[in-house]
Parts: sequence; structure tokens; C-alpha cells
Amino acid sequence: MSTTDAKRDASKAEPAAAEKMTGADMVIQALVDQGVEVIFGYPGGAVLPIYDAIYKQDKVRHVLCRHEQGAAHAAEGYARSTGKVGCVLVTSGPGATNAVTGLTDALLDSIPIVCLTGQVPTFLIGTDAFQEADTTGITRPCTKHNYLVKSATSLPGIIHEAFHVARSGRPGPVVIDIPKDIQFATGVYEPPKKPSVQAYQPKTKPDMAAIEEAVEMMAAAKKPVFYTGGGVINAGPQASKLLHEFVQETGFPITSTLMGLGAYPARDPKWLGMLGMHGTYEANWAMHDCDVMICVGARFDDRVTGRTDAFSPDSKKIHIDIDPSSINKNIHVDLPIVADAGEAMKAMLDLWKARKYKADAAALKSWWAQIEEWRSKNCLAYKNSDKIIKPQYALERLRAHLEKDKRKQFISTEVGQHQMWAAQFLPFDKPNRWMTSGGLGTMGYGLPAAIGAQMAHPDGLVIDVAGEASILMNIQEMSTAVQYRLPVKIFILNNQWMGMVRQWQELLHGKRYSNSYTESLPDFVKLAEAYGGIGLRAETPDELDGVIAEMMKTDKVTIVDVRVDQKENCFPMIPSGKGHNEMILSPDAEKFDKKLV
Amino acid sequence: MVQVGRKKRSKSVYAPNPLQEEEETHTLAILVSNEPGVLARVIGLFSGRGYNIESLTVAETNHVERLSRITIVCSGTPMVIEQIKAQLGRLVPVRTVRDLTVEGEHVERELALIKVSGAGEKRIEALRIADIFRARVVDSTLESFIFEITGTAEKIDAFMDLMRPLGLVDVSRTGVAAISRGIEAIGK
Ligand SMILES: Cc1ncc(C[n+]2csc(CCOP(=O)(O)OP(=O)(O)O)c2C)c(N)n1
Ligand SMILES: [Mg+2]
Repeated sequence: MSTTDAKRDASKAEPAAAEKMTGADMVIQALVDQGVEVIFGYPGGAVLPIYDAIYKQDKVRHVLCRHEQGAAHAAEGYARSTGKVGCVLVTSGPGATNAVTGLTDALLDSIPIVCLTGQVPTFLIGTDAFQEADTTGITRPCTKHNYLVKSATSLPGIIHEAFHVARSGRPGPVVIDIPKDIQFATGVYEPPKKPSVQAYQPKTKPDMAAIEEAVEMMAAAKKPVFYTGGGVINAGPQASKLLHEFVQETGFPITSTLMGLGAYPARDPKWLGMLGMHGTYEANWAMHDCDVMICVGARFDDRVTGRTDAFSPDSKKIHIDIDPSSINKNIHVDLPIVADAGEAMKAMLDLWKARKYKADAAALKSWWAQIEEWRSKNCLAYKNSDKIIKPQYALERLRAHLEKDKRKQFISTEVGQHQMWAAQFLPFDKPNRWMTSGGLGTMGYGLPAAIGAQMAHPDGLVIDVAGEASILMNIQEMSTAVQYRLPVKIFILNNQWMGMVRQWQELLHGKRYSNSYTESLPDFVKLAEAYGGIGLRAETPDELDGVIAEMMKTDKVTIVDVRVDQKENCFPMIPSGKGHNEMILSPDAEKFDKKLV
Repeated sequence: MVQVGRKKRSKSVYAPNPLQEEEETHTLAILVSNEPGVLARVIGLFSGRGYNIESLTVAETNHVERLSRITIVCSGTPMVIEQIKAQLGRLVPVRTVRDLTVEGEHVERELALIKVSGAGEKRIEALRIADIFRARVVDSTLESFIFEITGTAEKIDAFMDLMRPLGLVDVSRTGVAAISRGIEAIGK
């Protein structure tokens, strides 16, 4: 390579002070300066200059997904499993519109991603040019912020700001729309500024008067409960440690949302299991009957509250959230604390210890006695069979194998019954190990998210717990997994139905099963093999352990087709719009005393 | 986007809260970076979340720092008004959100151009009423006047009510501009 070539190569060296580079090279340099190692994308006419710049360097690795939605979810999986900002690159028009589901998913689950979209050249904008779409218009409501770049000079500043916006405060997706002529144009590159000079500065430090009041409320509580969410995960591993310490220190019970799983170890007896629509009996009743609720980084969403006027009617509510708009949005709270979850918990814990507060031991004892009574309902019990694989049993066996495995474990899911069973039955002991589409409920999320996580953790064990309907929504990403030698395991609980839809139709629509049976399913074993992966199948309970053991050993992407009971329903269930006290339990629940956490 | 009629009721998509309170009308002053799409962001937030805008005015007020000031009159229950402010506050280009209605005394003004057509006695009566309201004639033909009137939205409503039987044919209103009383500036 000649010296001029080397100079042109954006990633090789720090550019000299006023040296000009192309917009495309600036993109790469800015990504490098932002610490991006992997970018998930798909090329097209309007991003070719950036792809050219990618070709000429080796600092940022590009992962070619098979659909822009897949690229966006992969970036989410990468972000969720690392705590870093995920990065996406797609072309204009259809490339950008295909990414919209992933962006919306990231917005609802507060996942930091930056998505670069190509745009037709500036002089063609507004002419209905080939592959033109109003990307900033389309993505405005589904991003935290977006930019249309108007000049090469402004490009580096915008990229740095985009990363800052994506990761600060409540994280979220940011789109940068870059017209093609700007990728070719030259300008002077500008390195990142310190965050302190950025205009966007969300508040992270709690108000100490509120902290004091919160701690006093907690000390006076007779029936307290911690209700935590994805905000604890987003606040970094330190926040999860603090949460653990706080729970141990106070002896209060804890439950969490779907998004918050892993922040608190599920094996601990203080853990009540997940709450909400398919949450445990004990978690939902503890929420309903508590007198002080300490909500940390959760947002009182309708899947958690059920009918809002019946939600935890007699409690005083403390709400810690970094986003002021989450406060009093759905549920009126008594004590709002706008702050980073970690910083707020640290302040509370420090004060709790400094003032030597103690929980009301006698009250707590009878509260726990009540909780144990609810727990003894054994709401996750199911009637096992030796002929047919129950989906819960399949997950219990998976869990047993996971417990023996030494690798770092990451679980993603698709959307449906299998997702709820995974949340109920798998062991979540660490943050950033669980990737699921909570807010948007996007079928097709799990495989690309698993790919993103496996890219970040090549030695990790990454499993997508899937349904046979959902997996078909982004099945093309099998090809990505094969190309990059990502040994992702796809554990399909194949009930041949859109099980969650079928369940609602059975319970709420008079068993009229309209279009929820999936006819003409592919042979998943052959499908896996056709892609160059491995296909396994378990049809009876006695085959299950062997198949799972084999799956754990594969070094290539593997589909496990677990043929499960077609009619199993997911319980407990609070039908939408109902109160927590209208929970439906499995009719079998009381008859079986199988101990489940 | 700019709607008149200050007594419009909320069509919020949110279920009524058990602590449901009366709907209120608030005047918000918002300072934003004048970057492309900022108005679309603000308006999209209102339409996307089902909030009510009664009036909205916007113009760049600081050409050096390129800051625009948006004045929004909106209505909703106290909980919804709090949401509106919080949602506005988290838009990245938004620098400051002030609720003039709760932050003490402020002055509100709106300007309207009102076209009245007619002849004879009605024309004279229109001029007489305009005089009482301190509306100025800014254009006239043999069959019409254009009045310029400034005042609170209520004053303009009242003027229009009186002009209607006298031949009011067209109206253009700016929406409310508002500013707090006293020495403080919005950004402080
Ligand atoms: C993109 C998308 N389309 C539709 C839905 C509605 N939906 C929720 S669950 C579900 C069925 C999922 O079936 P499957 O993947 O087989 O999972 P199961 O419930 O059977 O475990 C459907 C259609 C959705 N969540 N996402
Ligand atoms: Mg299914």
C-alpha cells in the first residue's frame, strides 16, 4: 500500500489537523472513535461509498445480515448483551423502511442503537427519486432522535452527538440519514467532543430530599415490594449489584418486569418471579397487596398493571426513573425520583446504612408468611406426560443442562407462549444475558438478536428460545449465522400453532381458531441443513435430554425442533384490561406440588 | 395545525384516571434549537399521543444561537398536562419548557386579521365597534374592510362574535404569543 493510500485509509492513522477526507471515510473514523467494533448492515446504491470505505479498512467489522430488520435486531442483541451502542448500516428507501421495526423495538425497550441510512443525493431529495423515502419523517416517531445530514462538515459532529444521545439518559435508537453526495464530498474530520459540552444532558443525580423521604417510607413499610425493570439493566452491572445489596440489606421481596429479568438472581428466595400478565401468583399478589412499592427503572406498562384502577390500590409508590415522562404516565405515584437507577439506589442504600435504618422485622415476618402462602399455590406447576413433550418440561430440561454448562449464557426469545415460558422457567442470574422483545413484542426478534449477542461473545452459549411461527419471520438470518460461524442454538417449542393467539382464541373468543394454525410448516431439520447448519429433533420426552446434550456441543448454528403439546396454555394469565385479582390459574396448578422457583 | 376555539374538550386516548380532575387550559413557552424537523417533532408528539393543541405559534427569536420560541396553548387534565411537559422536555432539540399558566403572571397576545364585507349602515357599525376594540383598519375597498386586532384570544373571539352579523367573511389568526411578567427570561 502506498503512503497516499494509507493516508486515505480512514482507520489507519489519526488524520493530520486540517486534512480533508470524504464523508464516507469520516463515517468510519467516527465509528472507530466511538469504539464501534461491529456494524450490522446491508448494502445498496445510496450507501455504496460507505461500503467502499468499509472495504478499505479493518477496524470496524461489518456483519452482512439478510434483511435490514435482522440487522437492526442483531444490533439490539449486541447492545443488550454488551451494554454498548449497537450500530446498523442500511441503504435508502426499502433499506430504511425495513429497519423501522427494529428501530421501534429499540425505542420501546430503551436499547441504544445508531442506524446509518443512505439517502438519495441532496439535489434529488423531494423528487420521488429512485429508492427515495422520507426516512427522517418515517422514523421520527420511532427513534429517540434523528438527523438528516446536510453537509460533509457537519457529519462527524452529528455522528458523535448521535452516539451520545443513544447512550445517555434513557437509551434509544438514533437514525442518521446521509445523502449519497455527502458521502462523496470532502470535509475536515472532527474528533468526539467531551460529553460535558454536548447540549443534551439528561439528569442522572437524584434529589437528596426525595431520597431521604424514600428511605423513611421504606423503613416504615409493613408490606413492601421492589418492582424493578429494564432500567436497572440499562444503568449498568453496578446497578444490579446495588439492587442485590439493597434487597439483602432490607429483606424485602422483589419482582421484576420481563425486561428486568437477570438484574436480580432468580435462585434467591427473595425473588418472587416475574410479574404482570403471565407473572407469578405471588409476584402479582404482592404487588396488589403491598403498602410500599419501590419501582426502579420500570414504567407501569399495561401488561404489568392490568386494569389501572385496580392496580395496587393501597400502596404508597416510589418511582425511580431516568425519564421524567415515565412518571405519573399510567399510574399516579407518591414519590417520584428522576435519576439513574444505579445512582438513586446507591444514594438510598448509603443513607439506609448511615442512619442505621432497619426494616420492621415483625411486620416483614408476617408479610413473608403471606407471600409464602401465595407461593405455595405453585402457580407454574403443570401436568407432565411421558408420551408428549410439555413445553414447560422442555424448558426445565434445558435449564438443567444450562446449570451444568460453564460458558457465559445468553438467552433470546421470539414472541409468544414460548417467550413467557422462557421467562418463567429459565434461570436468570445475571444482567445483560436476556434478550427479548418486551415493549413491541416483535416476532422474529430472537434469531437476529442471538446473532448480535454471539458476535459480541464468540465463546458464549447463545440460545434463541423460539416458536415455529416466529422463527419464520427472520429465518433468513440462518444464512448470516452460517457465514460468520456463529453457533447460535435455536430451540423451537414447535406446537404448530401461533400458540399465544390460539390461547386467547380459546379463552376469550369462544374457541374460534381463526388463522392461528400454521399449515405447511417446513421440516426444520432439513431447513437447518439446507442453510448449512445442524438440525435436531425431539418428539418424545425421553428423547429430550439426548437432543439437548447434542445441541450444547454443536459448533454451528443449530435448530432443535422440539415437538411439544399443541394445546398447552401459558398460566397464570391476567386477561388484558383485568385486575390482578382476576388472574386465571392453570386448572391443574393446585393438584401438583412440583417445586418450581 | 393551529386551531381556534378555546373551549374544545379533550379527546385524549388515555383512560380517565380515578383521580380524574377537571380539564385545564395551559400556555406553554418552549425554547428549541431551530433545526430541521423540530416543529414536526413537537406536532407529531401531540398527534401521536392524542394530546390537544388549541394554538401553536413559532418563530426564531435568537438568530445568533438559532433558537426558536414555540408557544403552545393546550388542554387536558392536570396529569395529561404534566405528561405533555415531560414529553416535550425529552425531545433532544428542546432546551426549556415553561408552563406560564402555573409559573405566575404572564401576558398573552394574539393578532388577527379580520375581513368584513358589507355596505351602508352595517359598514358604519363595523367601524364603530372596531374603534371600541381598538382594531385598526389596514385595508379597505368599497365593500370591505380588513381589521387588525391584537389582544387576548378571548378579546378576538368577542370581536369576531360582534362582526359576524355585520358581514365577517374571513379570519386569519396568529395563535397566542405569551411571555412571563417581571425580570426573568425564559432560559434562566
Ligand atoms: C410481527 C408480529 N406479528 C404478529 C404478532 C402477534 N402474535 C403474538 S404471539 C403470536 C404467535 C406466535 O406463535 P409462535 O411463534 O409459534 O409462538 P407460540 O405462542 O406458539 O409459542 C402472534 C401471531 C406479533 N407479536 N408480532
Ligand atoms: Mg407456536
